[in-house]
Amino acid sequence: MTAGRIRFWAQPVAVLLIVGGVLAWVFGGELTATEKSTLNATSLLTALRDHLAMTVVVTAIVVVVAVPAGIVATRPWARFLAPVFLAVANVGQAAPALGVLVLWFLITGASGGLWVAALPLAFYSLLPVLRNTIVGIQQVDPSLVDAGRGIGMSASGVLWRVEFPLATPLILAGLRTSLVLAVGTATFGLFVNAGGFGLLIDTGYKLSLTKVLVTGSALAAGLALLVDWAGAVIEQRFGPKGVV
Amino acid sequence: MAEKGIEIRLDHVTKRYAGQKAAAVDDFSMVVPAGEIVVFVGPSGCGKTTTMRMINRLIEPTSGTITIGGEDALRIDPDDLRRRVGYAIQQAGLFPHFTVAQNIGIVPGLLGWAKKKTSDRVDEMMDLVGLDPGEFAGRFPRQLSGGQQQRVGVARALAADPPVLLMDEPFGAVDPITRGHLQDELLRLQNELHKTIVFVTHDFDEAVKLGDRIAVLGDRSTILQYDTPDAILANPADDTVAGFVGAGASLKALTLMRVRDVELGQAVTARSDAAPSTVDLGDEKWLLVLDQRDRPSRWVQLNELRRVTSLAGAGRPVQDSVTLQSTLRDALEAIVNEGGRAVVTGGRGEYVGTVDLATVTDVVQQRRANS
Ligand SMILES: Nc1ncnc2c1ncn2[C@@H]1O[C@H](COP(=O)(O)OP(=O)(O)O)[C@@H](O)[C@H]1O
Ligand SMILES: [Mg+2]
Repeated sequence: MTAGRIRFWAQPVAVLLIVGGVLAWVFGGELTATEKSTLNATSLLTALRDHLAMTVVVTAIVVVVAVPAGIVATRPWARFLAPVFLAVANVGQAAPALGVLVLWFLITGASGGLWVAALPLAFYSLLPVLRNTIVGIQQVDPSLVDAGRGIGMSASGVLWRVEFPLATPLILAGLRTSLVLAVGTATFGLFVNAGGFGLLIDTGYKLSLTKVLVTGSALAAGLALLVDWAGAVIEQRFGPKGVV
Repeated sequence: MAEKGIEIRLDHVTKRYAGQKAAAVDDFSMVVPAGEIVVFVGPSGCGKTTTMRMINRLIEPTSGTITIGGEDALRIDPDDLRRRVGYAIQQAGLFPHFTVAQNIGIVPGLLGWAKKKTSDRVDEMMDLVGLDPGEFAGRFPRQLSGGQQQRVGVARALAADPPVLLMDEPFGAVDPITRGHLQDELLRLQNELHKTIVFVTHDFDEAVKLGDRIAVLGDRSTILQYDTPDAILANPADDTVAGFVGAGASLKALTLMRVRDVELGQAVTARSDAAPSTVDLGDEKWLLVLDQRDRPSRWVQLNELRRVTSLAGAGRPVQDSVTLQSTLRDALEAIVNEGGRAVVTGGRGEYVGTVDLATVTDVVQQRRANS
């Protein structure tokens, strides 16, 4: 195994060890009846499912919104949009995630759930992907675009075969950051009835159940690290060949 | 097989960039003859690139007409037009995430060629520019030297066999020795292909070496002189052109002439197995010894010839020689190295004659007298 591969696998292995250790400690000892009502396989899996659902939906919204917006903002005919888009995304990130979430909840007047949580959290996680898409395309050597047009590729041909592939390393790096933001902020999902590990943390804190609090925190942190690692895998797998 | 060049005609072409008072190209008219290399040469910023890029409509002319092979370029869809006009630029502009083969195969792909035809063509192009397909086809541009990248750039420009080739300072970013080789190769290719080539450079020596005709451009792409390199060197149209031609015009003219164009002298020769006593030098002071296949090997001086018993190993070796295809400039170099006279060889390396300093100076003087 090379040093690179050891480093590559170190992160998921460490996560599994820590989470495994915490779970062993929690389930190794006696649990009170109140603890048992939260710390059981069904409720943990439900929390995991809700948390992942929020992360996936948030990330999907981010990709679907931020990548096309970033691409449009780099087209010669729409360059003026870049600062506008970035300003909006900046507001999203600068505003407190919890505030935006609750505000949105109140505005929609809905009863909560996955979709009410996903939109504001996506707004919050938008900036890294948007900014990196714009910067990633802008930093493509203009002489490559010129060469592409010069040998007869259409504008969209150059975009999809040259500009976009060469921007993917930065876009994927942004996506990785957005993913981690999404996992982290998904702990707020409980405030809009969307569940997630935040539920455990909240319960543990309010009822002074240390084991519940620790389990919720460890699982949330472990998931964030795993998702970050998954992001790294995606970066390696889908980056363009031949560049560095 | 290869499609020959077609004529390009620019008529009163003007380009005014938005927000600029002065035109970048002002009323430019020129005929680029089919199958010739025309070099645009001029100081940086004079409008060479702008003029060239209007031919494939990377830049749209503000006014004027451009015809390619009799067809109005402004009526052809720009993407279609560009697939029919080869385009090579400085630093090659290769896509870093495409392999060499993928880069070369782009235009055939755009034209909808079948996979097999494209890959055959890619191999053919790589052979043409001197890159072994087996070794280089799968490499990425990063894994090539600057000179190899430029070769791939030229191969990509030629892949779809366009009749016209536009080259914007394609060899500007490589070291002088590699540049010399690339220029030689371009001339060799052109000998086979007879494309119409518009070549942009700011290096007058490059223009002299490559151009069938040179257009010396001034501000706003005004044509200061448009003629053969010979004529421009001999008769610069005005002081600006003369300044651009620079010092040493006579020496530059020597790159235009080949050894085969001048009258060769003859040395006294003998095979290395001949007996020294049988050699009659006459008035000459040196004997040129040839090997068994008539290739020049050594110079033996009169005094030494009288002393030695065998010609093999006598005298000093011939160090520098030129061929009939060499330029007179190369010949001059060899003459200086050899101390007054250089040996000329034919296709198989066999001795055909000599060229000396007097011959070269005569040629220079004759050119002066003619102009
Ligand atoms: N895209 C452009 N927009 C505005 N001005 C330009 C543009 N391209 C070139 N120019 C101007 O046009 C003139 C000619 O430029 P160019 O054709 O690139 O010259 P050259 O190739 O001879 O160095 C220069 O003054 C340059 O600043
Ligand atoms: Mg230029």
